[in-house]
Amino acid sequence: MSDLSIEFAGIKSPNPFWLASAPPTNSGAQIHKAFEAGWGGAVWKTIGPPVFNVSNRYGAWHFGGQKMLGINNVELISDRPLEVNLQEIAEVKRAWPDRAVIVSAMVESTPTSWREIVHQIEDTGADGIELNYGCPHGMSERGMGSAVGQVPEYCEQITSWVKHAARIPLIVKLTPNITSIVGPARAAIAGGADAISLINTINSITAVDLDTFQISPNIGGKGGHGGYAGPAVKPIALHLLATVAGDAEVMRSGVPISAMGGISSWNDAAEFLLLGAQSLQICTAAMHYGFRIIEDLCDGLSNWMDERGLASIADYRGQSLPRLSAFQDFDLSFRAVARIDQDKCIKCNLCYAACNDTAHQCIDLVSADGSVVQPGHDIRSNGKYEAVTNRPQPMVREDDCVGCRLCYNVCPVENCIEMVELTPARASITWDQLSNARPEVTQSWEAMKKYRDVNGIQIH
Amino acid sequence: MDLLEERKDPLGELLPPLTDHEASVEANRCLYCFDAPCTHACPTHIDIPKFIKKIATGNLVGSARAIFEENLLGATCARVCPVQELCEGACVLGADHKPISIGRLQRHAMESAAAKGLAPFPPAAAASGRVAVIGAGPASLSCAGELRRFGHAVTIFERRELPGGLSTYGIIKLREPMEIALAEAEMILKTGVQLELGRELGGNLSLADLQSEYHAVFLGVGPGESNTLHIPGSEHISDGLVLIERSKTDPDGLTVGRNVVVIGAGNTAIDCATIAKRLGAETVTMVYRRSEHEMTAFDHEVEFVKLEGVGFKFLAQPTRVVLEADKIVGLECARVELGPLDNSGRATPVAVPGSEFVLPTDQLITAIGQDPPRLAKLLGLKTHEGFISVSDEFETSVPGVFAGGDCIRSTGAAFTVMGVQDGKLAAHAIHSRLAAKGGKP
Repeated sequence: MSDLSIEFAGIKSPNPFWLASAPPTNSGAQIHKAFEAGWGGAVWKTIGPPVFNVSNRYGAWHFGGQKMLGINNVELISDRPLEVNLQEIAEVKRAWPDRAVIVSAMVESTPTSWREIVHQIEDTGADGIELNYGCPHGMSERGMGSAVGQVPEYCEQITSWVKHAARIPLIVKLTPNITSIVGPARAAIAGGADAISLINTINSITAVDLDTFQISPNIGGKGGHGGYAGPAVKPIALHLLATVAGDAEVMRSGVPISAMGGISSWNDAAEFLLLGAQSLQICTAAMHYGFRIIEDLCDGLSNWMDERGLASIADYRGQSLPRLSAFQDFDLSFRAVARIDQDKCIKCNLCYAACNDTAHQCIDLVSADGSVVQPGHDIRSNGKYEAVTNRPQPMVREDDCVGCRLCYNVCPVENCIEMVELTPARASITWDQLSNARPEVTQSWEAMKKYRDVNGIQIH
Repeated sequence: MDLLEERKDPLGELLPPLTDHEASVEANRCLYCFDAPCTHACPTHIDIPKFIKKIATGNLVGSARAIFEENLLGATCARVCPVQELCEGACVLGADHKPISIGRLQRHAMESAAAKGLAPFPPAAAASGRVAVIGAGPASLSCAGELRRFGHAVTIFERRELPGGLSTYGIIKLREPMEIALAEAEMILKTGVQLELGRELGGNLSLADLQSEYHAVFLGVGPGESNTLHIPGSEHISDGLVLIERSKTDPDGLTVGRNVVVIGAGNTAIDCATIAKRLGAETVTMVYRRSEHEMTAFDHEVEFVKLEGVGFKFLAQPTRVVLEADKIVGLECARVELGPLDNSGRATPVAVPGSEFVLPTDQLITAIGQDPPRLAKLLGLKTHEGFISVSDEFETSVPGVFAGGDCIRSTGAAFTVMGVQDGKLAAHAIHSRLAAKGGKP
């Protein structure tokens, strides 16, 4: 039985799954319930100055009949009185000494305001503080949240104010709404952050109502951008996690990262851990299905680890990071081609349409006698027998296949299309190596053509 | 009283319509195959992925139009097509899990079109042709509608009192209520097709007159009379098609026996057995001279009727109706053994002498096929096994006279949807003929 426990910047947690600072962590009663369900920790919904929240605050993006692939919100920080929050934080921590209780905070950008809130949080017995530098709506207009997170100088300065006041670990939560997330990450570390968390929500408008032309959700006739989260943002979060976790300066600092952004299942969790996350935060999946999802998050991750003989998260954490590479270091002679398993193929021809319309025209429809046929049917044909028995088989012309992998991605059948790695026809070379060794090849089409001719490279 | 009022019509439409949500979920399950096998398998080649994806995006008007593009009788076909043998039988999802419910999705789109009063196609500029269509069944309605799509003037002559043919009179209500067939006919008539009821070719209508008044004639007259058994007492046996018709036109006046025997093993026999069972017969037995293996009814229909509680007596050859005081009390049958294969590839039933036994019954129904159309001989048309012979263009041996639907199907399956395709292709042929000759066929 694998050990899921973690220690994150000195904060212990029985599993890596924390509820992110968001509606699920709005009150002590909710967090009690979550801990009963098995969550390892919770980042309390951001406390700070007085706010008002509005109705219709959550929008969502649904796709293909699947609900809430993305959720957007214009909910602000906690609208409950500060004293109530502080009291409940203290109660929760007293009741759950083994769980991670982190408090997210956001106040006016003055040393005094920050010092005051830090002391109030520490008095609750909480395990850590998370600085909300990410909130992209409502608070940023008041000089807080992403207004800070988007300016590395502010980020560093405020972090250092808090660090001077705080005795408990300090986590800085970064906004993705920035050209390069590395700047604020380094600034936070320079300011003394004990840890980084990412990503906060992404600026978004989810929909426009086609009956009313209102922006959806409609807030009294108006609408606006809100913070986007949920399964749809996972690839963006993975990228930003890898960018920060793989940054040399961040690595040197040894500052751990608590990652979030669309984690919905144990599989997602394992991917975030492999890219260097040290704790995981979840919101949308819990908002969609309730706190009970923690059971499979832990069970699935644990079984996956058992099957691979991984005793603890430390055994694999960050193991995919060394594979992170820039394009110029990819091996240009690496070659894979698509191969369709004819026994598994259901002949939906999605690969054929995708390849021929939008990729590299190397999938044919081949009839039973081996000849290439065009799509279509006799208008006098009739019935399932003719339709099924005469249906041609999509087949890849491997010599012409550039290995783009589009067919692999559109195929609805599990393991039907395989990307077969071919023995490279020529020695390994990267774009960087080529640029250094043969700069003219990378600059002139004529030289490139010669280079291709000499090396027998045919571009389809 | 409440209970009585709420009691479901025993013959009411079997499948409820899909709700919007069900339709959306099902439509989203469709893979949107390219050059899809369902489209290939559909005799009218409706672009099925196209109409289904339009349901998924909420474009129900576009969905219905995509169906009408290839099949003007989409509402009937959605209900009566043996989809297991056609589109759904070819669905790529069928191998691993459930095929897409194409029929029910089509019905969803068609119901939405009907509710909106959507015209199946935009009005065309008037074309030069004048075409007479004989019969108002599916093949004829399809042909008439397609000709209107091209702008030709079309008049349908129907001998009966209502249009729709088989859809109106011969499809069990469980699958297609009469209102659906009539509404569909009405939709086609509204495109500008003239309808003259009570007109019968060979009766108050002559081919010569039609030929002089119209550029082309399409015969969609269906098959001939029901086959009858020639055994002593057979005049006491009811015709299955009449039973089905009465179950639609006069359900309240229809009574069934206590122990009903249906002779036959096709889909019509199944329908008759279903009606008898649902209207309260204690036992319903289907009598067939071959075995279950040779039954011509679809497997899914046989399964259905078994679940309805209908019994079977296979390898039994009716020999005599047993009467008492002029009332049916039984059907005498001989036991049968199967011999060598006949022309249809089925084993020949051979009655075993002296093996007669009596099945007690108080109502006998036959559904053992229909004769070829009488009109073929009357008009002197070339025939094949009595059914009208047509060219690839659906033209009969008489130039300018076309035919389609059940009246040309001497062998094999005859589905409504095949008649719809016949009508469509015949309309295309008539149109090209008219276009090529500047209006003169």
